[in-house]
Amino acid sequence: MTRYVIRRVLWGVLLLILVSALTFVLFRVLPTADPARLRGGRSASPKVIAEIRANLGLNKPLLTQFWLYMKGLFLHFDLGYSYYSNASVKGLIFDRLPATLSLTVGSAIIWMAIGLPIGIVSALRRRSRTDRTTMGAALLFISAPEYWLGLIVLYLFAADIGQVKVFPGAGSYAGLTADPQQWFTSLILPWLVLAAGFAAVYARLMRGSLIETMGEDYIRTARAKGLPERRVVLHHGVRAAITPILTIFALDVGVLLGGAVLIETVFDIPGIGRLNYDAITHADFPIIQGTVLLAALFIIVANILVDIAYAYLDPRVRYS
Amino acid sequence: MSPLDGADTSEATAAATSKAGADAVPSPIPDPARPAQEPLLRVEDLRVAYPTEDGLVQAVDGISYELPRGRTLGIVGESGSGKTVAALSVLGLTRAEGATVGGRITFAGHGDLLALGESELRAIRGNEIAMVFQDPLSALHPMYRVGAQIVEAIRAHRDIAKTAARARAIELLDLVGIQEPSARVDSYPHELSGGQRQRAMIAMALANDPKLLIADEPTTALDVTVQAQILALLSRLQRERGMALVLVTHDLGVVAEMADEIAVMYAGRIVERAPAERLFALPEHPYTWGLLRSIPTLDGPREELLTPIPGSPPSPLASPPGCRFHPRCPYSEPEHARTDPALEPVPGRPDHEVACLLDADTRRRLWAGLRDGHSGVAESSSAAEPSIRAATPEGPA
Repeated sequence: MTRYVIRRVLWGVLLLILVSALTFVLFRVLPTADPARLRGGRSASPKVIAEIRANLGLNKPLLTQFWLYMKGLFLHFDLGYSYYSNASVKGLIFDRLPATLSLTVGSAIIWMAIGLPIGIVSALRRRSRTDRTTMGAALLFISAPEYWLGLIVLYLFAADIGQVKVFPGAGSYAGLTADPQQWFTSLILPWLVLAAGFAAVYARLMRGSLIETMGEDYIRTARAKGLPERRVVLHHGVRAAITPILTIFALDVGVLLGGAVLIETVFDIPGIGRLNYDAITHADFPIIQGTVLLAALFIIVANILVDIAYAYLDPRVRYS
Repeated sequence: MSPLDGADTSEATAAATSKAGADAVPSPIPDPARPAQEPLLRVEDLRVAYPTEDGLVQAVDGISYELPRGRTLGIVGESGSGKTVAALSVLGLTRAEGATVGGRITFAGHGDLLALGESELRAIRGNEIAMVFQDPLSALHPMYRVGAQIVEAIRAHRDIAKTAARARAIELLDLVGIQEPSARVDSYPHELSGGQRQRAMIAMALANDPKLLIADEPTTALDVTVQAQILALLSRLQRERGMALVLVTHDLGVVAEMADEIAVMYAGRIVERAPAERLFALPEHPYTWGLLRSIPTLDGPREELLTPIPGSPPSPLASPPGCRFHPRCPYSEPEHARTDPALEPVPGRPDHEVACLLDADTRRRLWAGLRDGHSGVAESSSAAEPSIRAATPEGPA
């Protein structure tokens, strides 16, 4: 098991190096615009641009540039500086991470708390009215684009522009440590909107998985033992049915930690997604590169955690 | 397939011997408190139907049987004959699947099990009536340790501490012949061999000292060598504990070793019911003849051919009219497509019932003809050794 974990982590590191190399190619080699010119602003003199070029090391051979880039990245987590604000990308990411973390964790709790019970009830009362209603609603939320849903919700409930002024609207986010109450209330709408689509997906996943599990022989055995139906469902059915869902959950959380671009933009939450969005509109390559690498890191880590967790969740899986 | 092929462990031999010995005694554990005519389990006109997308499936269509305490009933039939559904219905396990169940099942003074509420029935399940299933790998929960699953079975009916239940689980694993039970108690099902898994399953079923054990194809998923060991184990446990046993199987070889009485099921009905020795010696139903003639033996000539029953069982959605076996019966007459035969005693033998439209003399003549195709049949069909050899064809002599 330890050997497996070590091997898995080493593969993760290798993958990360490959992704870093790929982003170097994408953001340094392929762009047609000259980074020094982008950095220099609208009316920079050729002298200034040459200075910037020397400063950024852009006059060095490509391979040397690559080496310096990788060295900076892996030894100092150095992601360079914004073309636009000259701020350190590393600093920006650390500034923005708490908001994304808040959004993701809160939303994940909500969608699991809503989606899983609905899925369980639907599976147990298959073809009932409850099942049809919830699964119909789920289909609706899966189909609804989250930015659209976000705008609708803001139009209906935001304190500034809403028809019924209930919750703080876009741009009201405050840090957890700065103002806990404001942090909480400002996140309610984004949490719900982000959770809606996921809750719908997870309800359907849970339903399908549990229906399959409840047909297994060991469920019949549990009933034959004389266990109460509640225990048969939760202890025997759900325990087995939830394993594949937890794997997907870990991956979804990993992806979201890389930035929920649409939701953060609609609700103007200063997270990684918003940072990414702004960087894209300004062609601020170092930041885009930084957020892409961060997302890759989260996804790779989530994958490793899922693989390791699986061995604990399902004793039949043993790595060697 | 004979369960003793290739495997003859000491336990298997011992059990086989004692079984033959036990036949001399009326009942292994007689219960003096109750009169002999009061059976432990009485099933009357059991009917089970499932609604499916293609229509109503009548899986069990009016079967009746009785099982005295401590005795063994073998229910034999092809897949789809309704034998498993019939067994599951005793525990009310078909309820969850949306089946409609009719008839009456009385058990050990509980009244009609079919009329009991879910919680009353639950108090009986796994406690007074326990069940062993076909494939122990899928019947045991893959994510819980074997010991934990046995502990759960114990604590479902007894208010005892986990440590005490665990000690009992180890005891039970030892009882069913699992080596190093105190280590195996912490194994997951996939870490055990097929035979060990079925032993663990049996240990779990025995957790609360049931009066009745229902074993649904308990050896079908196992290696031939292990089959004999599991049968010997069931036989030993039954004797030691005075349990009644319902043994559901497609394998006449299995019931030959174990059963006191055999019920042959076809298309949701019992077509023949008789004491085991009697059924092997003088079967009355053409379907039973077919089953007996399709069993291979070790002591028959190597070049003998088995005689399969032509055709396949009818779809439970559309049972044929008249006698349900008539489309496959080599002796059927046009009349048999119209009249539905009742299960009636053979003349002079109230303990032997058959549902066949052929008259008794014709049946006797036909069976004698089939039997005389082989050598040494009459001699070996003694009651003490209900050997399947008695009914084996010799091939196209």
